[in-house]
Amino acid sequence: MNSAPVRTAYDGVVACVPITVPYRRYSTNSAHWWIGRALHDLTRAANIRPKDIDGLVLSSFTTAPDTAVGMTQHLGLSPRWLDYVPMGGASGVVGLRRAARAVQCGDAQFVACVAGDTNHVDSFRKTLASFSRFAQDAVYPYGSGGANASFALITKNYMNLYGATREDFGKLCVAQRDNALSIPFAMMKKKLTLDEYMNARPISDPLHLFDCVMPCAGAEAFLVCRADVAKSINLPAVRVLSTIERHNAFPDDPIQYRGGWAMDIDELWQMAGVKPADVDLVQTYDDYPVIVTMQFEDLGFCAKGEGPDFVRSHTFTTEGSFPHNTSGGQLSAGQAGAAGGYLGFTESIRQLTGAPIGKQVKDAELALVSGFGMINYDRGLSSGAALLARAP
Amino acid sequence: MTEPLVRPKRKDPLRKTRQPLYPQLIRSRTAHGLTAAAAQGRFELQTCLECKTIFYPPRDACPKCLSARVPFVPVDNNGTLLAETTIRTSTDPYFRERTPWRTGLTKLDCGPVVLSHIHGDVREGERVRLDLKLDKGGAPVMIALPEKDTPNMADDPHLREMTCDPKFRRVLITDGRTEVGQAMAEAFSKAGATIVFVGIADPWKPFPGQDRLRQIERVEIVPLDVTDTESITEQAEQNGGRIDIIVNTAEHVRGGGIMQRRGLTVAREEMDVRYFGLMRLAQAFGPGLRARGADGVNSSAAFVNLLSVHALMNWPAYGAYSAAEAACQSAAQCLRAELRPGGVKVMNVFFGPLETEWFQTVPPPKVTPAALAKAVVQALQRGLEDVFVGDIAEDIRARLAVNPKALERELTE
Amino acid sequence: MASDLLAFARGLSQGAIRIVDLTQTLTQDFPTIQLPPEFGQCAPFRLEEVSRYDERGPAWYWNNISVGEHCGTHFDAPIHWISGKDLPNNAVDTIDPANFIAPASVVDCSKECAADPDFTLTIPFVETWEKQNGGIAAGDWVLLRSDWSKKPYAEYAGLRSDGAHTPGPDAAVVKWLVEERDVHGFGTETIGTDHGQGHHFNPPFPAHFYMHGKGRYGLQCLTNLDLLPPKGAVIVSAPLKIKNGSGSPLRVLALVEASP
Repeated sequence: MNSAPVRTAYDGVVACVPITVPYRRYSTNSAHWWIGRALHDLTRAANIRPKDIDGLVLSSFTTAPDTAVGMTQHLGLSPRWLDYVPMGGASGVVGLRRAARAVQCGDAQFVACVAGDTNHVDSFRKTLASFSRFAQDAVYPYGSGGANASFALITKNYMNLYGATREDFGKLCVAQRDNALSIPFAMMKKKLTLDEYMNARPISDPLHLFDCVMPCAGAEAFLVCRADVAKSINLPAVRVLSTIERHNAFPDDPIQYRGGWAMDIDELWQMAGVKPADVDLVQTYDDYPVIVTMQFEDLGFCAKGEGPDFVRSHTFTTEGSFPHNTSGGQLSAGQAGAAGGYLGFTESIRQLTGAPIGKQVKDAELALVSGFGMINYDRGLSSGAALLARAP
Repeated sequence: MTEPLVRPKRKDPLRKTRQPLYPQLIRSRTAHGLTAAAAQGRFELQTCLECKTIFYPPRDACPKCLSARVPFVPVDNNGTLLAETTIRTSTDPYFRERTPWRTGLTKLDCGPVVLSHIHGDVREGERVRLDLKLDKGGAPVMIALPEKDTPNMADDPHLREMTCDPKFRRVLITDGRTEVGQAMAEAFSKAGATIVFVGIADPWKPFPGQDRLRQIERVEIVPLDVTDTESITEQAEQNGGRIDIIVNTAEHVRGGGIMQRRGLTVAREEMDVRYFGLMRLAQAFGPGLRARGADGVNSSAAFVNLLSVHALMNWPAYGAYSAAEAACQSAAQCLRAELRPGGVKVMNVFFGPLETEWFQTVPPPKVTPAALAKAVVQALQRGLEDVFVGDIAEDIRARLAVNPKALERELTE
Repeated sequence: MASDLLAFARGLSQGAIRIVDLTQTLTQDFPTIQLPPEFGQCAPFRLEEVSRYDERGPAWYWNNISVGEHCGTHFDAPIHWISGKDLPNNAVDTIDPANFIAPASVVDCSKECAADPDFTLTIPFVETWEKQNGGIAAGDWVLLRSDWSKKPYAEYAGLRSDGAHTPGPDAAVVKWLVEERDVHGFGTETIGTDHGQGHHFNPPFPAHFYMHGKGRYGLQCLTNLDLLPPKGAVIVSAPLKIKNGSGSPLRVLALVEASP
């Protein structure tokens, strides 16, 4: 088979206008409300009219029975380009790369990328039970521990394979909590110590309470357009250097110890023309800390199996040697459904445009945002990553 | 090592009886291939007919070659437990009151990786046998069992949730006049049932074997006539609250087809004993069984129907009999749906001609009452739903699966 | 005539005439005749509630019943037996209703039956009885008092591996009662009019054979015969009017003059 053709760069495409609708643990509002609210905030912040939005990427699990098309009528939008990307933690990366190509090719001028989910008191349980056919047939009936039980097995296996310890995972969680303390919308408002992490109640061995994200309601959004358009209406923006996406990678691994990034990582760096050491901040998808460690390896910051050492030799707060999940990540901000996959983007756009909600990463010029999601049976199926750079 | 079950204490009459719950039982249509295998105690996974890949969870296309020819077939169930977790927090009410609950991933030697429940005698990294069971709600689930049997392994609380083991349970054999009823009483006594109630209709009529029946340990003779609604109601009022397994041994076997029968007298008796008898038992005892599905170690567990395998395909030599048996089979399917919410299994035991006087003229192979009773107890211990006993029953099952029309024709010859 | 009938009614209302109920309650567990299982069987009495002031019928209680013709206290018509199959008016619906009221001679064999469940009624026994109580008149029911109705069901049915052991008449006495005494019919407390071992007699089941062969009737599963005088009671025994019926469960009443 011929080698893959060289990919076209995303020249002249930017992402801007990061929007976060403050999260709530439970919401009596519908996903429609949360998505509408995010788009409302987005148009206000961009100073455009709803009818200017001619492209829409929608990521949500809870709009049922409405589809993305139904949502356009609900929200009064008439986009000429529409994509529905309900890919959980990979939604942000996938949404961005779809939107970027649409803008680049002129299929749309303003693509609003929006992710929002509500969280009714009982909706989490119901979502778990019907998340996928494999979940229904082969996961939920086994203790109904949800993603916690599935990732417990992945975590246990990773610990067995590479000698990771609970302390390693705790270090990541504690740092993220530090980062979250300056973020008003974060669900977690109290400092977390390693002792507290270690002594938290067990959820599904070896996972304990602070290894697990808190499901909540919330919405995130950003706008993708051409750089010159953004400039003409005075929107601070970031450039899209490169992206990757992969689904159901390595199906023959008995238990997941690596994600799809490992298949595509060279392309990510080559297309952007940068290397891992150049990156100023990293936003990984952190549904569980073991996945963070895997991403450090698979994204090229260290070799496979060296994740635990990498964690031990770095600090991960905004001021640390490896600024990571600087808005607290989902572990401290909360997991607002598909919006969790957008969290790294809104935070990176803010950091790269010098407008963080919390602390500023010093000299932030280059950010890596990574996505991961859709545990279907025994592993997360979707992975993706994007490199973003401050506009000149 | 599994702690041996101890005989449950007498129930505290001031405590609320725990209501039955069950794990989610919705499955995709394809996944019911597992239900079919589990109901009969087979371990089957989908196997691609084109590339021979064995895979799991159930799919509608082969994940290696995309072939749609992916039937469930028996496969090797040995593997290694790669990783386990102990779930301590569950969103599901059934598991919530049963945590901690262990699950794990097993890599089968034949390929797939299977998430399963874990028997208490199994540890991470060990060799295991995966078994397919029906869970408390009758849905198919996998459980990792120790590579070799361990002492008291049937007493494992996870496993006992999926079986109907007679041990420490109270059983009602509905008709002790028959050889089958007496063999059943013996088998359940031997299997450790706490009480074996044995129903006797028309106690003024003597019957062979009655002295031996009375001598069986823990047997208690009770008046019961499945053709008499009042008799069944009275028995249910008296003992219904403490009967965990019902085995309906009431039989009515007469040769002859439809046209040879002069009138309906015998056919009515047949239907009265078998079909209406089943219905009367279900109406009188069913609600109690359904309410007590989670009532501790000796919760209600099963309603057992003994059915001629000719319930599934009429045998004209015993044609009217076959028809009555078919009515029972159909009623049993309905009853199964009605009892499932209580975590109570309806077990249908399909047998070939029995070694009893009513099949005197039928050539062998035949099933002895003792063999039938043993099969019933074993099937309950395994938690099966459909059981075929004897060579004829197995033969009919196999032929039905291939070509029911051929079987229909051949049974007339 | 009218005055006789009114006098009778007055006797009833004033207690000069007593009514003795000779009927067993129809219940599900009352023993019925048992034949080898390959034969057709008499259906036992069964009762299914239709409604009882509930969703099946809010203001009323009623039952559906099913029962064989020869179940509980019942009447045998001549058509019941092969020997009476061609007689005129031989079924319960065609018997002249005048035959449903007749006097009775009650032959007390209770002591003998208590001593021997296989007690067999013979001509000499009846002749002795006649000497003490007066002759059996033409048109009399002959009722065999055995006190069998007082027994628990297992003894009542008397089933052993060689058949039932219950009292009854021998062949000669039945023939003699029909031919020499011209009786109306024969009644017992046991499950049948015949002896428990009657199938070994010659002819088998002589009470059925001779009585029905000559157009006479049978009553069985009677009770309270101990409350009747040897002579003087009048039996009211009208079976259900079943089309071409061979018999039927019924209420049997005895009218007895109160002792002065």
